[in-house]
Amino acid sequence: MANILTLIELTHAGAVAASAKGLLAAAATLGTPIAVVASENELSPEVAGQLGLAGAAVIYQGIGAQAGSVLTGPAVEALEAAVAAYDPAAVLVANSVDGREVAARLSVRVGGATLNDAVSVRLDGGRIVSGHSIFGGAYDVESAVEGGLPIITVRQGAIDGVANEGGGAVELVTAALRGTVPGAQVAAVNDAPATSSRPELRTAKTVVSGGRGLGSKENFVLVEQLADALGAAIGASRAAVDAGYVDQHAQVGQTGVSVSPQLYIALGISGAIQHRAGMQTAKTIVAINKDGDSPIFDVADFGIVGDVFKVVPQLIEALAARNN
Amino acid sequence: MKIVVLIKQVPDTAEERTLVSATGWLDREAADNLVDEINERALEVALRVKDADKSTEIVVLSMGPEEVTKGIRKALSMGADSGIHVLDGGLAGSDAARTAAVLAAALRSTNADVIVAGNESTDGRGGVVPAMIAEHLGLPLVGGLNAVELGNGKVSGERSGDSGSLQVTAQLPAVITMTERSAEARFPNFKGILTAKRKPVTTLSLSDLNVAATPAHSVILTHSEKPAREAGRKIEDDGTAATQLAGYLIENRLV
Repeated sequence: MANILTLIELTHAGAVAASAKGLLAAAATLGTPIAVVASENELSPEVAGQLGLAGAAVIYQGIGAQAGSVLTGPAVEALEAAVAAYDPAAVLVANSVDGREVAARLSVRVGGATLNDAVSVRLDGGRIVSGHSIFGGAYDVESAVEGGLPIITVRQGAIDGVANEGGGAVELVTAALRGTVPGAQVAAVNDAPATSSRPELRTAKTVVSGGRGLGSKENFVLVEQLADALGAAIGASRAAVDAGYVDQHAQVGQTGVSVSPQLYIALGISGAIQHRAGMQTAKTIVAINKDGDSPIFDVADFGIVGDVFKVVPQLIEALAARNN
Repeated sequence: MKIVVLIKQVPDTAEERTLVSATGWLDREAADNLVDEINERALEVALRVKDADKSTEIVVLSMGPEEVTKGIRKALSMGADSGIHVLDGGLAGSDAARTAAVLAAALRSTNADVIVAGNESTDGRGGVVPAMIAEHLGLPLVGGLNAVELGNGKVSGERSGDSGSLQVTAQLPAVITMTERSAEARFPNFKGILTAKRKPVTTLSLSDLNVAATPAHSVILTHSEKPAREAGRKIEDDGTAATQLAGYLIENRLV
């Protein structure tokens, strides 16, 4: 079987990033998954074991002091060395802030090309083909690389599953990083705000989103109340983010996060085309908005023309009554 | 300081965007083509440097068909000093690898201290071209910045990652990319519009450039449009809408 490299990102605390499992699972459908990391210190047995359980047959660790202080360069170098050592059929990288910059630099270094933001990967008679969902899910496209190594950035949350359940036997290979890639220096790290108990927006089964119709930051609590009643993640339109009702991380749409949940509930969102581009692949869409002409109703499976401040509390009550 | 800002014309995100059925390439006729908003923010970063230090020179660089000139003129009317347009029929349908190699070739002779780009375009959303350019030019990439400071031979800024934000810094020359959280772009004023007409725009073809070979390229194998979503049930709230919705959610096992 062909070797498939996966770039495993580590958080600055040394934990395996959430994207790793999906990458290893995707790699296992194409060949033998090899996990590549760039790290300041050798991986702990716990982390190595975790990657083995997630399906890595080999862990290739590039070790160098700069991995803790230089942005993305060490990962490029580790992958470049692993490409030389394993002659892979593809390299899979998370479509994360770091991942795509690493993929881009690597493609120039090794004479490959990138396939960006893949939502699926498959083998088609020896060729590796990636699937993409573009313009907010309006088109499905399949792509491949000709004439060199395919370096595929995989949309986070799009591919899940476990490559090798119950496995864990893993070969560990260590190489020294020499610092051959120019990179920016990391001067300081600020942790993301403590993870909330709510599910992560990108991968949540249910999303409740609020828009400008909420009227104020204080009123946005209505979105939180319904989200908590449903165990849902919180989203928002760009208008709500721009108005300061909620943090930008919650923005769903063309320039925010794209979501494909089972259920998407839009509260006070008019549904500009840029917002619809980020949520119209949801399985079921519910919209509540005062303005019956809002374009959000064109894509809603269940639309209510009404006041969110009346309907939502009643809905929470009705759902609570059912749970009792 | 000399700053080159990369700009790209993209179909307006406020309109339906389509692919040309024969090639799977972007249909440039289907929607109005505009300078991508993220590029205008990148330009704003450069213009603020120039506001503080008039000796700053700002060049905008774009690759694309004839009508890209309009985008370059808009950037000039906002305050950029000159433009470079890479225009060559042989570039139609270029993938990211080819685009980056061509832009890097055009950048080599500019002697820029800073190359500013958006972190991703709204059409392709690949977010790979600036890093490819940085690799071609052997420069550090300071990518994904929400805020930036430029000066004294270095760049520093705040970058949001998946597990928090980082304070990052690099010596110039460097490539930097800005996110949508960076400074909002200014509008061209009347004087800007008038003076833009007199500012120089250089047109370069492939034969003017020494473009690095890109042996590999991405190809589109298949593409298909998904049927548009249809509207479902829509009710006016008469006091019972919430109960009806709860019933719908329960019936469809969505809660």
